Amino acid sequence: MTDGDGSAGEVTGSGGQLLGPLGFPDPGEPRFDSVADVRERLAASGYLADDGIAGVVHLADRLAKPVLVEGPAGTGKTELAKSVARITGARLIRLQCYEGLDESKALYEWNYKKQLLRIQAQRVVADEGTASPDGPARAGSAWQDLEDDIFSEEFLLARPLLEAIRSKDPVVLLVDEIDRLELETEALLLEILSEYQVSIPELGTVRAHRIPLVFLTSNNTRELSEALKRRCLYLHLDYPSLDREREIVKTRVPGITAELADQVARIVRSLRTLELKKHPSVSETLDWARTLVVLGVESIDAEQAKDTLHVLLKYRSDLDRAAKELALVPTEP
Amino acid sequence: MLDVITGFVGELRAAGLPVSLTESLDAADAVHHVPLEDREALKYALAATLVKSSAHWKAFETAFEVYFAVRGPQFAIGEDEDADEGSEDSGPRGEGDQRGQGRGQGGGGEGLTPEELAEMLFKALLEANEAQLAALARQAVSRYAGMEPGRPVGGTYYLYRTLRNLDLDGVLARLLETARAEAPTGTLTPLEERLARDEFGERLARLRKEIEDEIRRRLVADRGTEALARSLRKPLPEDIDFMHATREELTALRRAIHPLTRKLAVRLARKRRHGRKGPLDFRSTVRHSLSTGGVPLEPKFRYPRPAKPEIMVIADISGSVAAFARFTLHLVHAISSQFSKVRSFVFIDGIDEVTRFFEHGDDVAEAIHRINTEADVIWVDGHSDYGHAFSVFWDRFGQEITPRTSVLFLGDARNNYHASQAWVVHEISLRARRVFWLNPEPRAYWGTGDSIVGEYAVHCDEVFECRNLRQLERFVEELA
Repeated sequence: MTDGDGSAGEVTGSGGQLLGPLGFPDPGEPRFDSVADVRERLAASGYLADDGIAGVVHLADRLAKPVLVEGPAGTGKTELAKSVARITGARLIRLQCYEGLDESKALYEWNYKKQLLRIQAQRVVADEGTASPDGPARAGSAWQDLEDDIFSEEFLLARPLLEAIRSKDPVVLLVDEIDRLELETEALLLEILSEYQVSIPELGTVRAHRIPLVFLTSNNTRELSEALKRRCLYLHLDYPSLDREREIVKTRVPGITAELADQVARIVRSLRTLELKKHPSVSETLDWARTLVVLGVESIDAEQAKDTLHVLLKYRSDLDRAAKELALVPTEP
Repeated sequence: MLDVITGFVGELRAAGLPVSLTESLDAADAVHHVPLEDREALKYALAATLVKSSAHWKAFETAFEVYFAVRGPQFAIGEDEDADEGSEDSGPRGEGDQRGQGRGQGGGGEGLTPEELAEMLFKALLEANEAQLAALARQAVSRYAGMEPGRPVGGTYYLYRTLRNLDLDGVLARLLETARAEAPTGTLTPLEERLARDEFGERLARLRKEIEDEIRRRLVADRGTEALARSLRKPLPEDIDFMHATREELTALRRAIHPLTRKLAVRLARKRRHGRKGPLDFRSTVRHSLSTGGVPLEPKFRYPRPAKPEIMVIADISGSVAAFARFTLHLVHAISSQFSKVRSFVFIDGIDEVTRFFEHGDDVAEAIHRINTEADVIWVDGHSDYGHAFSVFWDRFGQEITPRTSVLFLGDARNNYHASQAWVVHEISLRARRVFWLNPEPRAYWGTGDSIVGEYAVHCDEVFECRNLRQLERFVEELA
């Protein structure tokens, strides 16, 4: 049962090939040369990271630790994982969390229908066999064979987590919106996150060939457990600075002039200083910039801003307040 | 290095951050992988391994600035100016270089008159010249802060002295004027004006931060790391005391309460859905047994639909406890979907219902503002009179309390020696489902001076001390 046929990750009873001498997971060959390298390659793939982001990605590779990315919606948490997958040439395996997600959908499941068929088939063979004199003894060993057989990898349905561990080619595992999981279900992830292995009672332990880069994202709707946080590096993705946002707009919106990008970034920054129910996210900024480009706007004036503001803000009260604060509506003297 | 990290982790723990042993091991491991001469990289490496919540970032940053302050002879207080200059030119430390440069452009800086300094500052702000700003901040501190070695005053005192001399409001006005003059039409549209103001505001904030950093660096040099870290330690947002919060802390609280309400609402909704199972649902069990040939393999249960409680909040909004009442009202109304009905009353010595402010629109902050300005809560002199407020409440609204209502009193029960009228609370407790009292004062102060919380407490189901967001959150969760 050990080692399998090479089509899957190593299955072993115990032991720790992936652990270094001090018990830290062995990170293997570095994927990046330096923080600057991460940053340049991310930028080349269209994701503008600041030093903090690039630094954490670099550390995640060197320390072989998952990254917990937290922050407001629409600041590029998921995009970060996708971009890292792109630049490392890895396959992205994504587990979308939701309430009620369980082991059989996250880790693995036995294909019980197929197992049932297998047993049925066995029974047909066995019925024919009982006619012979050494029947009982053979039936016993047949059961043993059967058990080994139906709990083999052939009958295993790998779900995202196991798939990420078993994969031979490089993968980036993205566990999206982990805060939607119930507190108890979180424990599912702990073994994977710290040891990069999955224990299957009938099969043994499946270990990763190469420790994958793991990203967990959270919208912070609830406090994650200490046990989970402890195993991760923490990255808080906030709204970008003015300069970075301007660059993002320029990179992601084709055909935008530098002047318009600057104006967009500045107006969005001012909006974020207001007390709103929901501040405009980066993706909304990009939508807004695209809208303006499509409308053929060269330079925003109050009138145009007011008419297109609903792309940025999604609450009536926010719209009113923003229009008032930014003096988009003429005020009565 | 290991010593520094251990000390640093100790400081974080003292500031209230939960840092586990494995996390500090990770931090020690992580610093191997970053270039040590790069201060920013070190900061992010430590942050990623040690800080696991964005609310703790501020505390981390303060501790980091103190523990890994840029040190060097140039930051000594009261040092001879010449020596100061000399050490800087050699640029012994990373930031020293940059500073030296900025200084070079600024042309020495020592012999400047205050007017020249102000002029250069203005120019640097106008052009957003970072290096120049840093150099000028340094200059301003050594000139205006008047720091003396060993003097036991906080950094805020020096900050205040420096800023007062720089007159940043005036600078902002001048910056705006220049921006206006430079516009092609000679004037700015209101939108442009607003954007320019925000832009300059941010540059000024950066300058202010430079000055703060500079002062802190000098204090570190003077007093040593640990002593300073202790004096700069600030409570985390969830531990800020409502009654003694400074203006800055109140802003931090306001920012903290929004995610908190969201979390609470999600948690409560979940709790309701995943509550214990109800009685056997016979019909559903039989229906599902059909798929197993009529054998009821899997019993089905009804899910209980627990009644949502009805809430009446009666809050004292006189000066001393106003902040507390505001936050509680905010929190209760923000999760009002978890209650079947929320009614709010506020009083000082008169009482007024303010539920209507929360009905229109969904902007809780706006509603709170209207309570402060529009609610009719003054009867005689505007000093708290619980007794009168309660008896008026009983006359006007007492009939509307039902056995499904939970009544919530908020206040410190400092009654200015008026009559307590505790019988009202007693009557309410007979009609209502539950009666709670939240007191923002430390338990040790209850019943001292004019506090008569004890007289009311005997009629309440429970009285809670509720001094910070953490306690408030715990209470609200229990309530729903």
